[in-house]
Amino acid sequence: MKTTLQSGPFAHADHRVDRTMLTVLLALLPATLFNLWLFGLPAILLFACTLGAALGFEALWLAATGRDARAGLADGSAAITGWLLALSLPPWAPWWLGVLGAFIAIVIAKHAYGGLGQNLFNPAMVARVALLVSFPVIMTAWVAPQPLFTERAASVAQSFAVLGQGVPDTMVSATPLGHVKTELSRALPASQSAADAPALPDLLLGRRAGSMGETSVLLILAGGLFLLWRRVITWHIPVALLGSLFAAAQLASLADPARYTDGLFHLLTGASFLGAFFIATDYVTSPMSPRGKLIYGAGCGFLTWAIRSYAGYPEGMAFAVLLMNALTPIIDQYTRPRVFGRQRNGEPLPLRPF
Amino acid sequence: MKNHPIRGGVHPRYWKELASGQPIAAFPLPARLSLPLQQHVGAAAIPLVEPGQRVRKGERIALAPGAMSAPLHAPTSGVVHAIEEITAAHASGLPQLAIVIDSDGLDEWAELPAPLADPFAAPPEEIVRRVAEAGIVGQGGAVFPTAVKLGMGKQYRLDTLLLNGAECEPYITSDDRVMREHAAEVIDGARIMAHALGVAKIIIAIKKNKPEAIAIMREAARAFAGIEVVGVKIQYPIGYAQYLTQAVTGRETPAGRRNAEVGVVVQNVATALAVQRAVRHGVPLISRVVTVTGTAVSRAGNFEVPIGTPVAELIAHCGGYRARPRFLVNGGPMMGFQLPDENVPVVKGCVGIVALAEEETARQPEQACIRCGTCMDVCPIGLPPVEMAQLIRKDRLDDAARLGVGDCIACGSCAWACPSHIPLVQYFNHANGALWTADRQQRKNERLRQLAEARSARLEAARQERLAAQAARKARAAAPRQEISE
Ligand code: SF4
Ligand code: SF4
Repeated sequence: MKTTLQSGPFAHADHRVDRTMLTVLLALLPATLFNLWLFGLPAILLFACTLGAALGFEALWLAATGRDARAGLADGSAAITGWLLALSLPPWAPWWLGVLGAFIAIVIAKHAYGGLGQNLFNPAMVARVALLVSFPVIMTAWVAPQPLFTERAASVAQSFAVLGQGVPDTMVSATPLGHVKTELSRALPASQSAADAPALPDLLLGRRAGSMGETSVLLILAGGLFLLWRRVITWHIPVALLGSLFAAAQLASLADPARYTDGLFHLLTGASFLGAFFIATDYVTSPMSPRGKLIYGAGCGFLTWAIRSYAGYPEGMAFAVLLMNALTPIIDQYTRPRVFGRQRNGEPLPLRPF
Repeated sequence: MKNHPIRGGVHPRYWKELASGQPIAAFPLPARLSLPLQQHVGAAAIPLVEPGQRVRKGERIALAPGAMSAPLHAPTSGVVHAIEEITAAHASGLPQLAIVIDSDGLDEWAELPAPLADPFAAPPEEIVRRVAEAGIVGQGGAVFPTAVKLGMGKQYRLDTLLLNGAECEPYITSDDRVMREHAAEVIDGARIMAHALGVAKIIIAIKKNKPEAIAIMREAARAFAGIEVVGVKIQYPIGYAQYLTQAVTGRETPAGRRNAEVGVVVQNVATALAVQRAVRHGVPLISRVVTVTGTAVSRAGNFEVPIGTPVAELIAHCGGYRARPRFLVNGGPMMGFQLPDENVPVVKGCVGIVALAEEETARQPEQACIRCGTCMDVCPIGLPPVEMAQLIRKDRLDDAARLGVGDCIACGSCAWACPSHIPLVQYFNHANGALWTADRQQRKNERLRQLAEARSARLEAARQERLAAQAARKARAAAPRQEISE
């Protein structure tokens, strides 16, 4: 038994990166399946293209740099990136949008930074924003629900046409956030246009136009709660994000209802829940301490509201997350826990009489 | 009594069931015993015997060169075979000088110090002296000379003796069995220590995963005023002295200070037993209770083992291995260290020998850090293990030191919990070793510089002296000429 001595501990928790990632995918599954059903075969095809491309680029990159592609894929991180990217695309976008996005996410946003754990910015969101800036029309060409197995479902031929060309002009629809923005630009008060949004049950369930995975608040929440229960994430980021988004929107809307939609509208439309539970909580690009997570989450929520309200884009989640990603190292630095026996400034505690 | 909250910590699988049901059994006398001269914190003991010399059980065979050291005693009667280097049970795995005794099988006692009939009537110094003479060191694994701790009543204002029965490490059950089977002696020992320290309050803290021990100790403590038995949370590493102090009393020991400076002295339950035996019966520390466990060993158990017994004999006595052990660990799997082989002897700080089968260790190949922050959440000290490891990997040791790597207690919580299986503790041990060496080198350089300065100052002084002498000679040489010329 002559071995080089190893240092302890000689026991280990049953935690593994690949299991964590698998849990995330499992949590995403209900919302994803619902939305793939809601938007039909074109969405399924685009989802497959995007996810496949992400895995393909990951494998190619690993192989090209002389690493074991199979082991690299097994950690599940590329699958999550591809999956989240797909969920953030318009469901009837053309195939090349997904493939290009996957390239940006995996090769540029992840591996150019040094690979898993080294990237400063959330790869899926880098890709989404890059696509949005480069192809603003395609990236905002939404489609109303066309559920599978109904008479509105896209036929196979139509689906492949969509995969090649994107949404036919006649079918382009708007998201509730987008609708309010357009109407505001035509001087129609937000209070009025917000009322055009689907009814509350439909918003909760997700029967509305939107990105491929963002619409079903209830199913995303269920996935998020599952992640909380499995301790993959903590409550800090989602609660801070949704809380600050709601608070900012609610206050603004109280002050000027014609200009601003209210807090609930902001929570239930757009990518608020998907962002809060699945995107902002990305380990690599978010702060590590609970206090840091609260600051980061609150920042994401507020910026999301600000971008939705003041910038040219109807949705601001991706931008907000990237901006806060940039602040993560600084937040980490200033929110380290207090060390045992020391004050916050690192000096030893004073001796107190007992 | 309610526990105060402590930070971080983990919940490893405890595996206590393997050995906790096994009563402490006597261990057959081994044919050869090896006693390393350094089984404690402080200076190595100095041998008093020569090869070929006959020794009797309990006889002092090595003396302590100072207070921060501990003498050694022969665990049985026999003949000194040699004083030689052996592979010792030490984290470094480096050879150490040891007294090797061949047992004669007679187990014949030497004359022991007379028992102290009423320790509570004796002055505290007498207790401390006897404890020092008996070679007792912290039995929980810290191996700090117990007498030094018991003398702290002189230095600091104390109010509590905290008896540590947390037995935090997974697998190990020696303290559990000691409390269950020797409750009265442990409490007697604790009272003797409290007397030496001059404190009236004794708190016995036992982790709640040992309900039998808690019940038995409560029962045994009932007869005495000022003893409280407290159940503490099942949270690793609550048995770490500073944590236990915080959890039980709410006092947080400032960094760089002794626990005694917040009024609390922590002693292990097995140490209390050793003190009781030394003071009441004059018996030095020549054996201890050791748990032999792990799923790789055939029959786990708890044994009263003579110090110096080869680990191989423990394993053989337990029926050998059932599965090939992946690691043979001295102490628990969290803070214990890997043994290089089975020939090392049981030392005073050995709470157990754990033979871990491959599956139990749950080791996986190391992966990239995903910045999940788990290590930070679980660190009981509040350090950022992930950031420290990153800096150490880049060899930026000073920056790691600024983040607090020197405060790391090597509890292993971070590495245990890391989903990427990064050997974080290895980084911290490496960094602290290197920083320590650098510090020592710097101090050495400083001393060399001072010596050099002193030397040049001396040389300068000598030169001045020479010049002065020359001048005087010249003056004298000139003077006679003057005389002549006159
Ligand atoms: S627990 Fe491991 S993977 Fe997670 S942040 Fe710490 S070092 Fe990185
Ligand atoms: S080993 Fe050190 S850094 Fe890791 S959890 Fe323990 S004290 Fe913290």
